[in-house]
Amino acid sequence: MTVTMIVMTSLLASRPIRKVAHLIATPLVPQDFIDLINPLSSERDLRGRIEAMHPETPDAATVRIRVARTWRGHVAGQHVRLGVDVDGVRQWRTYSITSPTDDAKTITITVKTVPGGVVSNYLAHQAKVGTLVHLDQAAGEFTLPSRIPDKVLFVTAGSGITPVMGMLRTYAGRLGDVVLVHSAPTGDDVVFGAEIRALAQTGELRLIERHTGSQSRVTGELLDELVPDWAERQAWACGPAQLLDHLESHYADRGVGDQLNTERFTAPIVPTGEGGPVTFTRTGVEVETDSTTTLLAAGEQAGVLMPSGCRMGVCFGCVVPLRNGAVRDIRNGHITTGAPGDGVLVQTCISAVTGTCEIDV
Amino acid sequence: MTTLQNKSTTPIAHLNAENIENLGRELDAIRQQVLDTRGERDARYIRAVIKSQRSLEAGSRLVLLFSLFPPAWLIGTAGLSVAKILENMEIGHNVLHGQWDWMRDPKIHSTTWEWDNASPAEQWKHAHNEEHHTYTNVIGKDGDLGYGIMRVDEDQPWHPFHVGQPMWNGINAVLFQYGIAAYDLKLVKNLRNAERRNNPAFRARVKATLRKIGRQATRDYVVHPMLSGPSALTTVTANVTANVVRNLWTHSVIMCGHFPEGVETFAYNSIDGETRGQWYLRQMLGSANISGSQIMHLMTGNLSFQIEHHLFPDLPSNRYKEIAPQVKEVFDRYGLTYTSGPLIRQVASAWRKVIRLSLPNDFPRLLQPQKSLQPAAVPA
Repeated sequence: MTVTMIVMTSLLASRPIRKVAHLIATPLVPQDFIDLINPLSSERDLRGRIEAMHPETPDAATVRIRVARTWRGHVAGQHVRLGVDVDGVRQWRTYSITSPTDDAKTITITVKTVPGGVVSNYLAHQAKVGTLVHLDQAAGEFTLPSRIPDKVLFVTAGSGITPVMGMLRTYAGRLGDVVLVHSAPTGDDVVFGAEIRALAQTGELRLIERHTGSQSRVTGELLDELVPDWAERQAWACGPAQLLDHLESHYADRGVGDQLNTERFTAPIVPTGEGGPVTFTRTGVEVETDSTTTLLAAGEQAGVLMPSGCRMGVCFGCVVPLRNGAVRDIRNGHITTGAPGDGVLVQTCISAVTGTCEIDV
Repeated sequence: MTTLQNKSTTPIAHLNAENIENLGRELDAIRQQVLDTRGERDARYIRAVIKSQRSLEAGSRLVLLFSLFPPAWLIGTAGLSVAKILENMEIGHNVLHGQWDWMRDPKIHSTTWEWDNASPAEQWKHAHNEEHHTYTNVIGKDGDLGYGIMRVDEDQPWHPFHVGQPMWNGINAVLFQYGIAAYDLKLVKNLRNAERRNNPAFRARVKATLRKIGRQATRDYVVHPMLSGPSALTTVTANVTANVVRNLWTHSVIMCGHFPEGVETFAYNSIDGETRGQWYLRQMLGSANISGSQIMHLMTGNLSFQIEHHLFPDLPSNRYKEIAPQVKEVFDRYGLTYTSGPLIRQVASAWRKVIRLSLPNDFPRLLQPQKSLQPAAVPA
């Protein structure tokens, strides 16, 4: 079967043969028929198959995905946009890759369930081995530089450990002086608890666990106390917005803001502004929105095929052209305006209409 | 048949405005019930149909590579005919209606789908989803009432051209996919004067249609025959046959939707200010079902549930059969006729109308059907 696939794929690489193959398949494309046999062979649509699942904590699970040959690999700390069909509906979310970079054939993501979270609960409890999933290539800037700093600080909370775990696994034995400050409600809630504690025991890193069920949350002041030399370290922080806000202002106050790299997992909502009508120009749908409805939510409710990803402003998987009008970033109230020909792109998952707008979907 | 508004006794005389709005609310509730339970099972259904259809098409075309052998020709042609019917009806028509858009699968979505039919999806969606489904059976607004080449209602004016309509309909049946393409292009109207003919938008649409027809013809009549080598000629005849079989079948099914006796039509101005309830009522009276087996429903793309489809054009087609008893119950309770009959009877009924109305209304009605042959027209 694999041989047939490779033969077919290489045949399709030749231009005249490809032209004929497209004529044979019209109005479909040849890949539509190849997909009947091997959906992982597609060049255009990156897919994967769930190969294994195992629980990490009562509310977190790791999913191992066999990726198609067209997967271009990842850099430790990057995330991947993952599309799964939950109750028949394609849902896209973004997850940090937790496996080391030396495995080109499979990746793992670790999912912490969110109460009422459609995808996280599906992946943690319902997904079955063998399920086909849809992927984008890995992306993200939350990575270590090629020259790894001597002194590193990781500040994480909850599932914020996931990109850092990817880095720790990838750079195992190659990191210098590492401090990891990780927060979770209790010791049992620590995702990868056993693994990071073992790393601490072998001296790979200094681990500071904060159990926020009984201890106070990490703030700038607390950081002074826990890691007195923090300002000498290059830092990577990932977790709830509140934690990152604290750290950002603390670093800025000390004038070392450029030493801090953050990855935000949640989009804080500032519900102000006036809403208005949005027109989805390609589908010809127009809907009235209020100030708290995102373009993405408005489009999906109206049945428009909206590209989407993390739904929190991180992954840019939902970016579409703003043809005309103005939108407001619901996180900070930032106004973006566009006119025909400007080529302005907006993230629909965090943009709400302010006045009126047209987007090209 | 005469438009409802011009009849001396109408089948809705017993309903007041409040009844009609209640009727609308009951139908809304049936729709909501499907939306609330739409999910995994439905997604599995359409994916299974698509997979089977593609496998059948690929398999049939492989068999036709050896079509020189009569058994291969027969099996391949039969398989390809069925595959083409499924592709147009249960898959193409319904996907293009947006029945599966809720899955958010870009590969099974009304905005990305293209079908094996001469009319490009974009043009067909406009003519069918927008015009026909909105203005269903309104004389002068719904072009599907006779496709502009036939007179299928007494209230449509007669023209000597209509004398030939039994023949036009026969030709249209054989070439149905091209008929639809021409209809979606509004070819007759647009070719009439130079200004319309030279309209760049019209020319672009014609170009898109011709390009599509060219690709399909190249596939069926050049590429696959060439791949068949010594079987080239027999593969051409097989593909012609499959296309004609598909055309005849879809034409028959579609004639059954709105042309049989018992289906009501509506006057041009009757839908001004129409309420939701009135819209539903028009769809109920303006459509007819086909009774039959599970296979019949699949092969008609569930247009055998034309009534349910017209009430809820965007619900997944596999659900029409499930809600049909509830819809029928609403018809009964409101004293309305749920027009339905076996395929042969409905096709015959539609053809009789095409033949009868080829002549003016006051022409001695030699061809008028006998009363006993039109039970569907008797109000409940």
